[in-house]
Amino acid sequence: MKDRQITRLSAAKLSALLRRRELSAVEAAEAYLSEIESRDPEIGAYLAVTADTARARAAAVDAARLRGEELPPLAGVPVALKDNICTRFAPTTCASRMLEGFTPPYDAHVVERLEAGRMVPLGKCNMDEFAMGSTTESSFFQITRNPADPSRVPGGSSGGSAAAVAACEAPCALGSDTGGSIRQPAAFCGVVGMKPTYGAVSRYGLVAFASSLDQIGPLTRTVRDSALLLDVIAGHDPRDATSLAREWGSFGSQLGREAGGLHAALPAEFFGEGIAPEVSDTVKAAAARYERLGVRVEEVSLPTLRHALSAYYVLSSAEASSNLARFDGVRCGFRAEGCRDIGELYRESRSQGFGAEVKRRILLGSFVLSAGYYDAYYKKALEVRTLVQRDFARVFERFDFLLAPVAPTTACRLGEKRNSPLEMYMGDVCTVPVNIAGLPALSMPCGTGARGLPIGMQLIGRPFSEQLLYRAAYAYEQSEGGKQP
Amino acid sequence: MSARDRYEMVIGLEVHCELKTASKIFCSCPTAFGAEPNTQCCPVCTGMPGALPVLNRQAVAYAVKAGLATNCRIASHSRQDRKNYFYPDLPKGYQISQFDQPLCENGFLEIETEAGSKRIGITRIHIEEDAGKLVHIEGQGTLVDCNRCGVPLIEIVSEPDLRSAEEAKAYLRKLRAVLLYTGVSDCRMNEGSMRCDVNLSVRRRGEETLGTRTEMKNLNSFQFISRAIAFEFARQADALEAGEPVVQETRRFDQASGRTLPMRRKEDADDYRYFPDPDLPPIAVSREELDALRGEIPALPDERKRGYVGRWGLTPFAAELLTLRREAADYFEETAALTRFPALAANLIQSAAVPLLGPDGGSIPLPPAHMAQIADLLGEGGINSGTARRLVRELWDTGRDPLETVRAEGLGQLSDREALTVLAREALVELPRAAGDYRNGRTAALQSLVGRVMRKTAGRGNPALLQEIFRSLLG
Repeated sequence: MKDRQITRLSAAKLSALLRRRELSAVEAAEAYLSEIESRDPEIGAYLAVTADTARARAAAVDAARLRGEELPPLAGVPVALKDNICTRFAPTTCASRMLEGFTPPYDAHVVERLEAGRMVPLGKCNMDEFAMGSTTESSFFQITRNPADPSRVPGGSSGGSAAAVAACEAPCALGSDTGGSIRQPAAFCGVVGMKPTYGAVSRYGLVAFASSLDQIGPLTRTVRDSALLLDVIAGHDPRDATSLAREWGSFGSQLGREAGGLHAALPAEFFGEGIAPEVSDTVKAAAARYERLGVRVEEVSLPTLRHALSAYYVLSSAEASSNLARFDGVRCGFRAEGCRDIGELYRESRSQGFGAEVKRRILLGSFVLSAGYYDAYYKKALEVRTLVQRDFARVFERFDFLLAPVAPTTACRLGEKRNSPLEMYMGDVCTVPVNIAGLPALSMPCGTGARGLPIGMQLIGRPFSEQLLYRAAYAYEQSEGGKQP
Repeated sequence: MSARDRYEMVIGLEVHCELKTASKIFCSCPTAFGAEPNTQCCPVCTGMPGALPVLNRQAVAYAVKAGLATNCRIASHSRQDRKNYFYPDLPKGYQISQFDQPLCENGFLEIETEAGSKRIGITRIHIEEDAGKLVHIEGQGTLVDCNRCGVPLIEIVSEPDLRSAEEAKAYLRKLRAVLLYTGVSDCRMNEGSMRCDVNLSVRRRGEETLGTRTEMKNLNSFQFISRAIAFEFARQADALEAGEPVVQETRRFDQASGRTLPMRRKEDADDYRYFPDPDLPPIAVSREELDALRGEIPALPDERKRGYVGRWGLTPFAAELLTLRREAADYFEETAALTRFPALAANLIQSAAVPLLGPDGGSIPLPPAHMAQIADLLGEGGINSGTARRLVRELWDTGRDPLETVRAEGLGQLSDREALTVLAREALVELPRAAGDYRNGRTAALQSLVGRVMRKTAGRGNPALLQEIFRSLLG
């Protein structure tokens, strides 16, 4: 089989070939490494390619299979990692000068799970600096181009992971989603992105942006692959106090079950002002297709959602200002030269080590937590959070899932929004309510807009309803006109 | 009356105690004292990117016990907050502490001074993590030792109910005793496992409102606490007397000069930007857990004290001193059951045995039965009190029998009036000035006369009888 063919396979199909020994894990790894070599100079998805680790792990999988060992489902399948996930085998930079060259002394929980699942790490993917941004342009190191249109951004912050998967430089990847950072780049690049229920995947070893919102999740080319990769990484971890002690079972257990009988809601707030007509029309067309599949679709209103964006920027920035305090030039990461005292060391290391967007959030976060402002901002945002959670809970009493756009527009041109942070923040309006409420949400392609740019929709479920979301997403994917990988 | 006498001091204490858990509060690193720098740390306690804290439930159990032992209300749900500030000994850039929902609130301790007993309010007890240690090395600059990072602490905040250094010390002794009894902390001031911040203000006597306070940080011995309080009271009283304002500030105590010196003014104070730590769910303490922990708390000093006063006739102050050390109190109770003179035994234990133990305690090797025999001998007049103390010292860990020793070494008290009278007359001749002084009304002179006869009898004379003999000879 040619390299190009191999890299076009879904993770599920690739794993089937590996199991039947029609293909070796080393061949699969080599196919992807050569695809990265030829394609990534243009796309810029990877910050580091871990070819040696990939080859060694792949060879070990082949040897184990040859010995007749029982191997996990995705054994030998390559995977890419967002660069805010700690790895001992490669630097973990968060795409920041602050962590340039920093190799953590430990692996993140998900990295251990990938290793236990015998998956093969291809490398570390570009992202917005410390996951703050929606275009991957705030990376200190490089820009990443959207494989669907290289003049455009791949979205963010997990833009490198989404681009790698879309460009077939990886069959699947891990990203992290604090306010849409998996779902929005998935939508921009035309792949599947899953933000699991808060607590489903351990955050141990994920460099924190906003601890109460961050969640790691898969980016894949198919719904089935998403469920398979989530099987590998989800589950309780005693090292993360917010990790849920829960038996999840197989996330794909309901794949193939028809969607008929499900009850979906279209939140009016996500289809109105600020959403490009081509986006709302495409998502509404997807809703119509769901109706043809036997899903009952109704419009609902969640009036608190219009406050979610502001609450999100207050809460996430507040947590970030504290989470990023540890980057002070003392123990690890960037340290400014020639400082005379500790105050100067702090100021200079942080001034030179962080980029503009990160500083903006640290300043905003420090402000909203300051004496005299705490009640008006931080406390108020916590109240909004409770209201949003209640609003969702109310809707989920009657509906199985919500169907909504992921982003107000398709991917913008590189550089287009670089100097207008507020406009960029507005782009998160459809995704942040999900994080605020800790819900699972899956983003998947549902059509294209002008110039053939991908448009995504998200399926939002009640906590722990991943199986149901995968069932509904799979039904859509398999239906007429759906993507047939 | 001097000017300072017109003022009174108002003191509140903030005490930090290290909890005795085997591992740190948010990771599994050991807490042992004195290890090589940076050998007891991991990604969590050094604040590596991506590392997360997980609360050690044993720390919660110990803190709850401390709260129960100090009569606090225990919160069924409390929160952990981040206190944000930059300092090189603080790897995460924030300390995990508790801000507005502490684990324990509204407690008190009874203290006993020679002036009587008094109730001191405890505002709150919360748990938090310790910071690391900065080591300044000539030529190498400042190095950070993270071994202490994440060691579990409780902070016990008192109400401003203390009015003197004596009361402050009595409170600290009592607090230390209660925590040692409960087994939640070693309370070793010299190793820093118990540290004290003193908040002190001064006001005119009779005034109700509080004056402006200063805070003196990290005092780590009773002696420093007394000296710092004395200095700071005088400084503030003199300032007020001179019509100058007291500035709200943090001061440090300089051991060499005995002075307190300004460190940081209120307006320079950090805004700690406290907020609930999103990595840690609220701490829940269930009813069952609370009951189980309550069941593990032994009889505390006050309960024992009441027994000693009521059943064995000790004075409250003597009972307080004895009950401050659990080993001493246990030992006393065993002894008291074996002697007809428990009050004398209490006195002997406190005056002769406890001082031999050193600051960190330990157990008394002299068997309680022997201590009881010595008390009986003393009570019956068979030996005098000097001999009794000497026996405690000399038999300490030898296993020798007190009755046997008294007989073999002829230590029995001399109560032969005639023989003592002969020796008393000799003493009057040898010490004519003491005799004269006594006749001129200086009754204290009697002591040197009695002492002279004691020396002649190798310490065996009956002191009460001797006093009587001298009084009649000189009368």
